[in-house]
Amino acid sequence: MNTLAGNKFYWLVKREFWEHRGGFLWAPLITGAVFLVLNLMGIITAEVVGARHGIHFGASGEMQHVISQMDAGDMSQVGMALDIAMYSSMALIFVVMGFVVFFYCLGAIYDERRDRSILFWKSLPLSDSETVISKVASATLVAPVIATLAGIAAGILQLLMVAVTLSFHGVNVWQLLLLAHPLRVAFNMIGHIPLYLLWALPSVGWLMACSAWARTKPFLWAIALPVATGLLVTWFGIMGLFNLSAGWFWQNVVARALFSAFPGASLIADDDLVHTGKNNLDFMNLSNTYHLLGSANLWIGVLFGAALIAVAIWFRRWRDDG
Amino acid sequence: MSAIVTARNLSKRYKNATALDSVNFEIQSGRIVGLIGPNGAGKTTALKAILGLTSFDGELSVLGYDPRTQRDKLMEQVCFIADVAVLPRWIRVREAIDFVAHVHPRFDRAKCEGFLKRTKLTPDQRVRQMSKGMIVQLHLALVMAIDARLLVLDEPTLGLDILYRKQFYQSLLEDYFDENKTIIVTTHQVEEIEHILTDLMFIRDGKIVLDTDMEAVGDRFAEVMVNADKAAAARALQPLDERQVFGKSIFLFDGADRATLEALGEIRRPSVSDLFVATMKGTYA
Repeated sequence: MNTLAGNKFYWLVKREFWEHRGGFLWAPLITGAVFLVLNLMGIITAEVVGARHGIHFGASGEMQHVISQMDAGDMSQVGMALDIAMYSSMALIFVVMGFVVFFYCLGAIYDERRDRSILFWKSLPLSDSETVISKVASATLVAPVIATLAGIAAGILQLLMVAVTLSFHGVNVWQLLLLAHPLRVAFNMIGHIPLYLLWALPSVGWLMACSAWARTKPFLWAIALPVATGLLVTWFGIMGLFNLSAGWFWQNVVARALFSAFPGASLIADDDLVHTGKNNLDFMNLSNTYHLLGSANLWIGVLFGAALIAVAIWFRRWRDDG
Repeated sequence: MSAIVTARNLSKRYKNATALDSVNFEIQSGRIVGLIGPNGAGKTTALKAILGLTSFDGELSVLGYDPRTQRDKLMEQVCFIADVAVLPRWIRVREAIDFVAHVHPRFDRAKCEGFLKRTKLTPDQRVRQMSKGMIVQLHLALVMAIDARLLVLDEPTLGLDILYRKQFYQSLLEDYFDENKTIIVTTHQVEEIEHILTDLMFIRDGKIVLDTDMEAVGDRFAEVMVNADKAAAARALQPLDERQVFGKSIFLFDGADRATLEALGEIRRPSVSDLFVATMKGTYA
């Protein structure tokens, strides 16, 4: 029985993947590819323009000479630049994934009601909780895992591209690559997925609740309700009752409901995190990002997220569109 | 014979309309029940209540379960085709089979593939590339491969051409139905299912106005073709309905004495559609 339940859940998630292969799989792959191709074109253009103007940048091994003159501090700067190159190739993929997850959640339950295919799914022995939770898992695990893997692949290719280009200018590729930390970057990104799941939950819950509840236009409802509430709160200064500013409401309620499913949103929301950053990328390390587990913001969000998912399950069970 | 569905005082009120008004009925195992009524009479609401898709008042037991609270259990033994074209448009034939095979414990994959071999559907075809008739073929193949005790069909052939419609009911009878299965079907194409029904239920304005088995229909109702000279005598017997054909009158009687009727003219068993029209007279007036 237990294996059957697990098996069912696997197939429910697989079903979501079939339906949303475009968003979950192709969107990150294509974004990564486009990013790399643009970079490649940029590099080629630079090389061509450089050659035409007779600038033989580092051709006689001057670059190698420069590197050999560097001290440890400079070396770490080069390493950081390479790491940034790797993170930057992922950033675009994660922005795209943020949009994919946002619209996936908004449509997850609404679309099947609109095209009435919900009647087919409901003719099978699948509970509403299993179904909705499989959709939550697709948004918070399947999408980020694929995006992260695509991001890491793109990042490594980007790194190689930079290294190979520099090698044309007499720089030792392997020495250069040793300065970067691709494994640490990859590890940081993969390790971030559980944190993403927890942080995204209130947003995923809110969007799915709207998707399950709205008779029409879930997008408008999902945006309009929190924004209108925010405006009312600002207008009447309601948060003053709790000695909080209206800005607090926008940041901790409206933004959490709408934008938490964008990867990296937790980095922006956690003020301490970015500002502790000295002049390096250590703030991306898990030992740093996981400080978030100690914040009330995260766990209150998880509670609200769980409650909203329960609301979505209830509406999927009982919403009767006649 | 045991009751598959038992309804006691089943009611459903929407904001400004009563869809079901304290309805009582019982459906026995091994029957094919036609639930027939005009638009808005409450057919779909009754089916939705049986399938646990809507809330209701009163008592309803389906295979011993309460569809409101035990729906997940219930759906292992109940199947339905709600309408044509509710299969998700993105799904491929092969994906649909794979999915149902892995989530439904009573699904027989070989059987389903056997049914599909008789159609022109190919494994990689998506629902959005299919005609309405092909979608129903796929849906029916999936459903018939499930060993369910109760199958509910709500207008399953709406919008299909006659070839698909005939094939649909023929498959159901030949490859699916047996004494352990029960089928409830609603449709407006009464003539086409008349000969396969074992039971008949008419519903009007949220009430069951006729609940009988098909054999009893022949005993209870009679249609008599009466010459003009005897028409007055026939009218005196309070017929349900009267219509004119080629200068003769056709009267429909409910429970009238056979011998008396035979004296008036030729007796026939009324068709379900004539019975329906007579019963529902004035519904839209």
